[in-house]
Amino acid sequence: MRQESPSSALFPVGARVRQRNLGDAVFYRVTQFFAFMILALVAVTAYEMYRTSSASIDAFGFEFIVRSVWDPVRDEYGALPFIFGTVVSSVLSLVLALPLGLGVAIFLSELAPAWLARPISFVVELLAAIPSIVYGLWGFFILVPWLRTSVEPLLIRQFGSFPFFSGAPYGIGMLAAVFILAIMILPIISSISRDVLTAVPISQREAALALGSTSWEATRIAISYSRSGILGATILALGRALGETMAVTMVIGNRPTISASLLEPGYTMASVLANEFTEATSELYISALIEIALILFVITLVVNAIARLLVWSVTRGSEVQQ
Amino acid sequence: MTFHFAYRTAKSLMMYALCGVSVIVALVPLVMIFYHTVSMGGSAINLDFFTQLPKPVGETGGGLANAIVGTMILVGLGSLIGLPVGVLGGIYLAEYGNNPFATAVRFMTDVLNGVPSIVMGVVAYTLVVVPMKHFSAYAGGVALGILMIPMITRTTEEMLKIVPRSYREAALALGIPQWKTTLRIVLRTGLGGVITGIMLAVARAAGETAPLLFTALNNRFWNLSFDQPMASLTVFIYNYGVSPYDDWIAQAWAGALVLITLILVLSVAVRFATRSAFRGGDA
Amino acid sequence: MIDSTLTDSSQPESGVPSGVDRRSFEDRPTKVRAENVKAYFGKTQALKGISLDILSNQVTAIIGPSGCGKSTFLRSINRMHETVLGGRIEGKVTLDGQDIYKMDPVSVRRRVGMVFQKPNPFPTMSIFDNVAAGLTFNGLAKRSALGEIVERSLRQAALWDEVKDVLDKNGMSLSGGQQQRLCIARTLAINPEVVLMDEPASALDPLATAKIEELINELKKEYTIVIVTHNMQQAARVSDFTAFLYLGELVEVDRTKEIFTNPRKKQTEDYITGRFG
Repeated sequence: MRQESPSSALFPVGARVRQRNLGDAVFYRVTQFFAFMILALVAVTAYEMYRTSSASIDAFGFEFIVRSVWDPVRDEYGALPFIFGTVVSSVLSLVLALPLGLGVAIFLSELAPAWLARPISFVVELLAAIPSIVYGLWGFFILVPWLRTSVEPLLIRQFGSFPFFSGAPYGIGMLAAVFILAIMILPIISSISRDVLTAVPISQREAALALGSTSWEATRIAISYSRSGILGATILALGRALGETMAVTMVIGNRPTISASLLEPGYTMASVLANEFTEATSELYISALIEIALILFVITLVVNAIARLLVWSVTRGSEVQQ
Repeated sequence: MTFHFAYRTAKSLMMYALCGVSVIVALVPLVMIFYHTVSMGGSAINLDFFTQLPKPVGETGGGLANAIVGTMILVGLGSLIGLPVGVLGGIYLAEYGNNPFATAVRFMTDVLNGVPSIVMGVVAYTLVVVPMKHFSAYAGGVALGILMIPMITRTTEEMLKIVPRSYREAALALGIPQWKTTLRIVLRTGLGGVITGIMLAVARAAGETAPLLFTALNNRFWNLSFDQPMASLTVFIYNYGVSPYDDWIAQAWAGALVLITLILVLSVAVRFATRSAFRGGDA
Repeated sequence: MIDSTLTDSSQPESGVPSGVDRRSFEDRPTKVRAENVKAYFGKTQALKGISLDILSNQVTAIIGPSGCGKSTFLRSINRMHETVLGGRIEGKVTLDGQDIYKMDPVSVRRRVGMVFQKPNPFPTMSIFDNVAAGLTFNGLAKRSALGEIVERSLRQAALWDEVKDVLDKNGMSLSGGQQQRLCIARTLAINPEVVLMDEPASALDPLATAKIEELINELKKEYTIVIVTHNMQQAARVSDFTAFLYLGELVEVDRTKEIFTNPRKKQTEDYITGRFG
């Protein structure tokens, strides 16, 4: 007997396509065409950016990504400070957001009863829906002054001898970007981790409990069981952080320097685009900016592809088990 | 042994307590963002904000009427691209989506969803601004449209997939052709979810700033001409937010308040629509 | 005439089991003829070559244990099997002598209606629109004629008196038994020649079941009916002929009375006496 259930692939495609009536054949082709447009869009995006950045690619070659000079006056460009700023701000924000996001996910999947878990996950997911510009505004007017007056002086007093926390308390700078990014990516980590944790078969947990484990130890087993899904969520969050634009632009200081100190201003790939694109005067300048966009595109494409594969591998498996 | 077990139990409780703390830590920024947006922007929300044009530097008052209308136009233009591609692509994935091509599309849609919006701005710049030789609402619309595609595609697919198969079978068994079944039974049944999904994509597009910075640019005046630069609420929030004038800053917060209210309402609507769908329906 | 063929027989025409009086089957013309029908789900074979004649204006019941292919066989008669992923049919099914697999599936389904196991009225439509759906979506009837057709169909489905004042209410507002009769009315509205019923009463309570069975008896005056059921009493009550399927093969087919009183195959006897299944 067939099971009646909602399912994908309701209308199989194949040998019988020719026998469909005309309306069906046309409709099938039309929807397929629009689905194809999505693939074409990715190709066009990559090609367009490659084409329009050719001046910069020709002028600087592969060296572009390791040059740290960014001088529109002399028309000399290199992407290193931006790559540095992007990677550092994203990775550090992950370091902050990962334990918090996991904590939230564990709370939602293991501890909270449904009546509590549902509104909390809704509210946490709201964090993901708030526009970037609102984070930027909030970061600029609330977070930055707080960092300048409270957090950074404390850090300098306590850890000023470390290069990471040396300098003056500007408020604006890498640390502010890390904080704001951490808030923004937390819901990604927590909601996907919650989904993969919920997908862990109960038998895994029961087995652990039956062996005399405490419930935390059973949770740890659940975490290790779903680690590739959690890793996927983390990488997905990384992708989001790498490309985050407005919020970072408003708090990071926008100076193309490479500094060990988190209190110093920095710059990211996305924010240099946001800041300088309309002001770029020379053709090479624009071309260099588009090359930065291309690098950002490729990085986020790869990061997201890896993340999706990891998340898919877990959640698809769970569909089978259910 | 007993001591060891007590230690393990204590550790268990400790870790769970930390999880609870993380929830609180995660909720603090959200509460603060809402609080500050309301307290800093609420005072600038008045009739003028929605009906007046921006005043020149130095004059107080005025509003962001042109930016609100501009955002609507830009999102409208974006929907012209995002809706057909997203909905029809989503229908393909839901109804015919069990083949390697569909898997590739689904995968790329998810990946595209993670590509920074500013990159889409750059693409719209090279595709529209460069050939036209100036910034325009069209360019902004293209950028927003590209952004909306993956969101709409995936919600459409998800919403159609939760329509039980039995309705499709009932329609097919009545001799209704498959395409009519899809449009008039399946899409009709899942329409509430699809529409709220679309609204959410629209709201997200309305909240986008980065892809508009060098496509639609900005405009301090009334402009309904699509081939001219066009104002948007988000770009105004950005420009006003980093300005040195207090009343501009207050208007930036007011703009932020309008945006998050929109998002909040739509998020609740989506939640409601997806949860009430088919409860007790097909059994 | 009814042909009962096991997989070892390659000649469906001569597949009448010995000892059965052929003439007793020839009181009605054949409406649907299945010849060596094989059905697959991907690589799994669900039907292993079924040959069976379904006589006009008779009720043919298909019985057998779960997973024996009853529903699959039913769905091969109106080309619904192929709408399932990996669904594939081999062999031949004719309707009034025409090969349905050489016809447009849409037109086959208009002539061979189907009622499903679970009532499935369209959730976004009123009772009236549900009954009219098959007509309006295909432009088969004029607006003005719809009211009459809907009323006739609902009367045939013995639902008219219960819903005539609430035709604009949502179809989902009815009880389970009423919903199923609504689905029957919806199927009758397109005026099919054959009505397939896939365990139409299995989701219903005894009273609603009795109503459906009564209805089937009425409907055979105008329609050829094939009903799949796992309930042998039901098959005995409503059908003129009964076919017993087991593991994708047709074990035996005969007049219902014969099958239940004097089965020729031991497997059939075991099944109807409840020794397995």
